[in-house]
Amino acid sequence: MSVFGPVVKIHPVVLASISDSYERRNEGASRVIGTLLGTIDKHSIEVTNCFSVPHNESEDEVAVDMEFAKNMYELHKRVSPTEVIIGWYATGFDITEHSVLIHEYYSREATNPIHLTVDTALQSGKMNIRAYVSAQMGVPGKTVGVMFTPLTVKYIHYDTERIGMDLLQRTRLATTRTKGLTSDLSQVGGAAARIQDMLTTVLAYIEDVLSGKVTADNSVGRFLMDLVNKVPTISAEDFENMLNSNINDLLMVTYLSNLTQAQIALNEKLVLL
Amino acid sequence: MPHLEPWQNFSCLGALRPGVPNPGLRDPHPVLSLSWSELSFCLRSQVVLKIIKHYQEEGQGSEVVQGVLLGLVVDDRLEITNCFPFPQHTEDDADFDEVQYQMEMMRSLRHVNIDHLHVGWYQSTYYGSFVSRALLDSQFSYQHAIEESVVLIYDPIKTAQGSLSLKAYRLTPKLMEICKEKDFTPEGLKKASIGFENMFEEVPIVIKNSHLISVLMWELEDKSTAADKHELLNLSSSNHLEKSLQLLMDRVDDLNQEIVKYNTYSRNLSKQQQQKHQYIQRRQQENAQRQSRGEPPLPEEDITKLFKPPQAPPRMDSLLIAGQINNYCQNVKEFTSQNLGKLFMAEALQGHN
Repeated sequence: MSVFGPVVKIHPVVLASISDSYERRNEGASRVIGTLLGTIDKHSIEVTNCFSVPHNESEDEVAVDMEFAKNMYELHKRVSPTEVIIGWYATGFDITEHSVLIHEYYSREATNPIHLTVDTALQSGKMNIRAYVSAQMGVPGKTVGVMFTPLTVKYIHYDTERIGMDLLQRTRLATTRTKGLTSDLSQVGGAAARIQDMLTTVLAYIEDVLSGKVTADNSVGRFLMDLVNKVPTISAEDFENMLNSNINDLLMVTYLSNLTQAQIALNEKLVLL
Repeated sequence: MPHLEPWQNFSCLGALRPGVPNPGLRDPHPVLSLSWSELSFCLRSQVVLKIIKHYQEEGQGSEVVQGVLLGLVVDDRLEITNCFPFPQHTEDDADFDEVQYQMEMMRSLRHVNIDHLHVGWYQSTYYGSFVSRALLDSQFSYQHAIEESVVLIYDPIKTAQGSLSLKAYRLTPKLMEICKEKDFTPEGLKKASIGFENMFEEVPIVIKNSHLISVLMWELEDKSTAADKHELLNLSSSNHLEKSLQLLMDRVDDLNQEIVKYNTYSRNLSKQQQQKHQYIQRRQQENAQRQSRGEPPLPEEDITKLFKPPQAPPRMDSLLIAGQINNYCQNVKEFTSQNLGKLFMAEALQGHN
């Protein structure tokens, strides 16, 4: 199904905030809504921030605290003046009639707002994240309705976000859902272990191909060639020299910093005499 | 650098202090006031993401970005559940009221049930240079008002190199004492026997997530298409090392100046002591002579007025600089140890060629 309209790019911080505000919802509220902030490009909309807005929903009416929304937006604008209101989000699986009303309100704030639904109740077993844009439908002049057309959703991160996310991803594997921050050499060890895992997978695949269990794929073969050629061929002597000079640099720096630390400790003791 | 103040006089939220049950929170049981050394500390992932995002968007260059941490104290744990950033200080925002902004934010967040207890603040740093007077003052005022405050230092450059660098610090009680009395003379510091090592104490950070966030993580892992990047294993490091060493050298120069100041002071002091001695002796001699001649002795003049003792230089700055140098050295050592590891791995790889 081809989708028209801009691509929606979401940052993970937005989803984390939405989940958090869902967990903190008032008693009796079945869903949470809030405003999405971000930047609009020609072909894509980037969602970088959000805040939740208190609202009351009952069978026949819905009340949204618009004053609050405006206020929060002003405050947020002080920090990041480039972010604009680009739409709103709601938790929950379906789009209800109330959503239409809320969407209308947001149309006043932003041109062509997008509507994001995050299924925090996990109705289909997964957390579905969808984005919609409203489109008019029906017979012009007679009954006009609003239809929500889906958009493609992509997840993007800044580089540093990616690294933060890596660490956060590892929390999901711990049983208590906690994780301390490692430091120093253990991180390099961890990264090396991960590469080792990947190499084992690749090796297993190669074994399979060689023993005929899996048919060889040319593109994978080319990638493997690339991989092997990535290790630069330097004459052993040159490499020794480079390695030694680098190691010497690092050792010297370590020695100097240890010396400095000893020096200031000594200075302390002398002053406090 | 701007000076963050925890807001203090918001009367209707005045009940929000540790030790008083908080209305409208999830766990409204009374919080005992604990000695902070027993508190362990945990952080939710959205705080991490928000801090990263804030720096990324607003803090390019060597500007520091700051913000406030919100959370609550549960049992013996300090949980940080949310944060909001502080706008940058620009020249044309002269009438911008920080306190107003803070109060507005917290009031609004209260409406959506976000914990609004101020538990600390965060700041980004440039190559690890954060130990400064401003930080000390801010943290002191926070810790004075709220005992369990921490300051989270986020190092974006180190993070970009491959591993999230987030550290939490608190002032030691000794340092709190000294700041309270504002007694920064050498004698005062000697009394409290503070070295640069027991100025700040680092609190280990643990990241904790709720089940829903775990679900989100699984989901994102599935959908996310960005390839696994291994910046951590990047061998090229000389740029970073150069910068760190540069900063270290600057600091050492500063410390040197402070030491010279202190030396001149102690030299002056001892010279003055000598002069005092000589003066008293001369006086006594003269008095003895006069008595032998039968004349009235000269009046004893007030010695302290004649020899005003020189001003003792405040030691706080040199303490801070020493602390900063220590920090740089630690970072450099960590960095070199990682690089050595990487170099040995590269050697092993070459060996197989």
